[in-house]
Amino acid sequence: MDRRTVLKGLAGAGGLALTGGLSAPAIGQGAAARTLRFVPQANLANFDPIWGTQYVVRNAAAMVWDTLYGIDAQLQPQRQMVESEEVTDDGTTWTFKLRPGLKFHDGEPVRSKDVVASLTRWAARDPMGLMIKALQQELTAVDDRTFKWVLKQPFPKMLYALAKNNSPCGFIMPERIAQTDPFKQITDYVGSGPMKFAKGEWVPGAKAVFEKFTDYVPRQEKASWLAGGKQILVDRVEWIVMPDPATAAAALQNGEVDWWESPIADLVPVLKKNKNISVDIGDPLGNIGSFRMNHLFAPFNDVRARRAVLMALSQEDYMRAIVGDDTALWKPLPGFFTPDTPLYSEVGGEILKGKRDFDAAKKLLAESGYSGQPVTCLVAQDQPITKAQGDVTADLLKKLGMNVDFVATDWGTVGSRRAQKTPPGQGGWNMFHTWHAGADCINPAPYTAIRANGDKAWFGWPNSPGTEKEVTSWFEAKNLDEEKAAIGRLNKAALDDVVYAPTGFFLSYTAWRKNVSGITKGPLPFFWGVSKSA
Amino acid sequence: MLSYILRRIVATLPVMAIVALFVFSLLYIAPGDPAVVIAGDQASPEDVERIRQSLGLDRPFLVQFGSWVWRILHGDLGTSIFTNLPVSAMIGQRLGPTLSLMIVTLLLTIVVAVPLGVVAAWKAGSLIDRVIMGFAVFGFSLPVFVVGYMLAYIFALELEWLPVQGYTPLTQGFWPWLENLILPAVALGCVYIALVARITRAAMLEVLQQDYIRTAKAKGLGQGGILFIHALKNAAVPIVTVIGIGIALLIGGAVVTESVFAIPGLGRLTIDAILRRDYPVIQGIVLLFSFVYVLVNLMIDVVYTLVDPRIRY
Repeated sequence: MDRRTVLKGLAGAGGLALTGGLSAPAIGQGAAARTLRFVPQANLANFDPIWGTQYVVRNAAAMVWDTLYGIDAQLQPQRQMVESEEVTDDGTTWTFKLRPGLKFHDGEPVRSKDVVASLTRWAARDPMGLMIKALQQELTAVDDRTFKWVLKQPFPKMLYALAKNNSPCGFIMPERIAQTDPFKQITDYVGSGPMKFAKGEWVPGAKAVFEKFTDYVPRQEKASWLAGGKQILVDRVEWIVMPDPATAAAALQNGEVDWWESPIADLVPVLKKNKNISVDIGDPLGNIGSFRMNHLFAPFNDVRARRAVLMALSQEDYMRAIVGDDTALWKPLPGFFTPDTPLYSEVGGEILKGKRDFDAAKKLLAESGYSGQPVTCLVAQDQPITKAQGDVTADLLKKLGMNVDFVATDWGTVGSRRAQKTPPGQGGWNMFHTWHAGADCINPAPYTAIRANGDKAWFGWPNSPGTEKEVTSWFEAKNLDEEKAAIGRLNKAALDDVVYAPTGFFLSYTAWRKNVSGITKGPLPFFWGVSKSA
Repeated sequence: MLSYILRRIVATLPVMAIVALFVFSLLYIAPGDPAVVIAGDQASPEDVERIRQSLGLDRPFLVQFGSWVWRILHGDLGTSIFTNLPVSAMIGQRLGPTLSLMIVTLLLTIVVAVPLGVVAAWKAGSLIDRVIMGFAVFGFSLPVFVVGYMLAYIFALELEWLPVQGYTPLTQGFWPWLENLILPAVALGCVYIALVARITRAAMLEVLQQDYIRTAKAKGLGQGGILFIHALKNAAVPIVTVIGIGIALLIGGAVVTESVFAIPGLGRLTIDAILRRDYPVIQGIVLLFSFVYVLVNLMIDVVYTLVDPRIRY
């Protein structure tokens, strides 16, 4: 008999007296093995994947709502809820047919009218959806399983738009839910995917539970990311939110959780030493670190000042600050697109390569007219990645002789302040730090941060006609070669004008107990095909 | 006494109103925007603005404050901006874990700290006294999160006696409930035990010098009776006071402890709400906490009359 049993016996005896014999439900080993306990990257604070576009919401939603198409591990769109599609020769009319037997979690069949309502809501919020909406002539249900999207001009990336994993995804909801204003949150979570959301067990900030939907009809193909047969091999998936990484690490080692989505680099060596735990790269598409300079105000309204910073910037310094000394976790990125993906390009990336030339950078900065005015650098201290980058940037700017106004704050404040277009001294800013999921940087479609259309661009409001021209070229490209050529030119134009400063490409690990199998690498945690033994 | 309690309860209303105005104003002028957090990193400024409008955050201060006060007066704490759930329901979900943690910590503190303080006073100047006070200094000096990590490492990871994290409701059994609370309660209780032990010692030292203690000894009363019946009862007022103050400390400490031990309590809800700028939740929690503070103060005053019959209201 061990100490724990003794303690349990003693406390149990006291407890019986105090609680009148309340007892814990008997959970057999089999039941435990059918529940997968998962620690997500963040708190699931809301559960509307169109209204709230955070990755954690998208990741949970991918279990609960299915999509018409799904992106696979080769980054190709594959049919998912759709059985077949036809497009007219002029590329303007798409006719889609749904698979038979698709059901919502309330037992109702998935009909075309549900799809039309879902796509209408999605298109109001998604950047690609907005592009399609701008070209839309009509989106109508032809019959229960057929719907038609008629455009004024072709949109070659239609299937990619419907398949993409970038938030917001084109999730299919019942019509009554999808008719909710896209800027208001849904309250009904009846889904079309392989798992049901247990709303009654949801404790925002602490726990979310998903149960297997037994009437889900998976495709016959092997699952590959968001495509293929989404076979659920456990009864329940419990998301347990743990704000403290050390606690998550301890819980995984202790067998209290089965899978930790994003262990921090500092704790990975400890996990690797544990014989019961597997550790591997989670998302091969990784992340791109970045800081954005405000193109509206001095000194960074002058491209020479922006290029001076880029000339002096050492990506290695940034990457080591973010991921530590594990060189398997990062690589330099002389460009803007995700490494090891078809459109990756280094064209024009010389400015980020080789030995850093501070003398030349200082000279260029002086030519830009910089004369010591404060540079307001916003740094969110509650996000380890932005904090690490901010510290490196402050050092870099000081070495360049710049007067740094280092604003240490939290992410909520950065998120609000970066939207200010007022001068830096009046509530505005000169720089802020962030990072982009590599999955969002594989091409220009979901890549808001690369856009350089001035006032309509992302924060910093870069205005680079050359960059925008090549974005259009990519959308109009008819094959991969044309796409690659357009991206090469885009990469160069964006670096020449310094749309933003890429600080490098970095990966992160995921860790799980060895009694869990079927975990695949990807831009989000996929729960289909994952099983757990006792 | 009853009329005193009623007067005190009525007196809490203006306090609560001032707290409400203060909290609302503070949040209004604080930087940050929940619409930005909701919209996500890739959202356009137009999307953010539309979300802000849909949440009513673009309305003038007085309109927002007026509508909030109106709801409060109707017993409605509002709806969370992020979860779309009623704030009262969210607080209800989190109340159990925090209350459990506080009760266990409080019991642990009283059971450990008061006897330690009494013994230290009884053996004042001895090695035992020095050891106990040394522990008290140690308890004061160590941050809650450090103690928490140490305990989790030793008792959960190394010895495997207790779980690292989580919370199990009492309805699922006493041991599962207690098992999850032992380490957090010890971590949270360290400072509190140190504080109460020191105050108990100081109060007891003063009482033990009194003539009636000498008389009790002269009468031949046993040491236990003198210490715990005669002396402790007369030293109880400052001890009760510090226990009451300690409840306020516990609420603050629970924020850290709940994060370290992943307990889904009000402390974590507070932090999450602040980081996301979930105004209705922050306002609801602060109102609740201020009400608890006022209530605890009232309870302390009432307890004074029980331990010291000379006190009358």
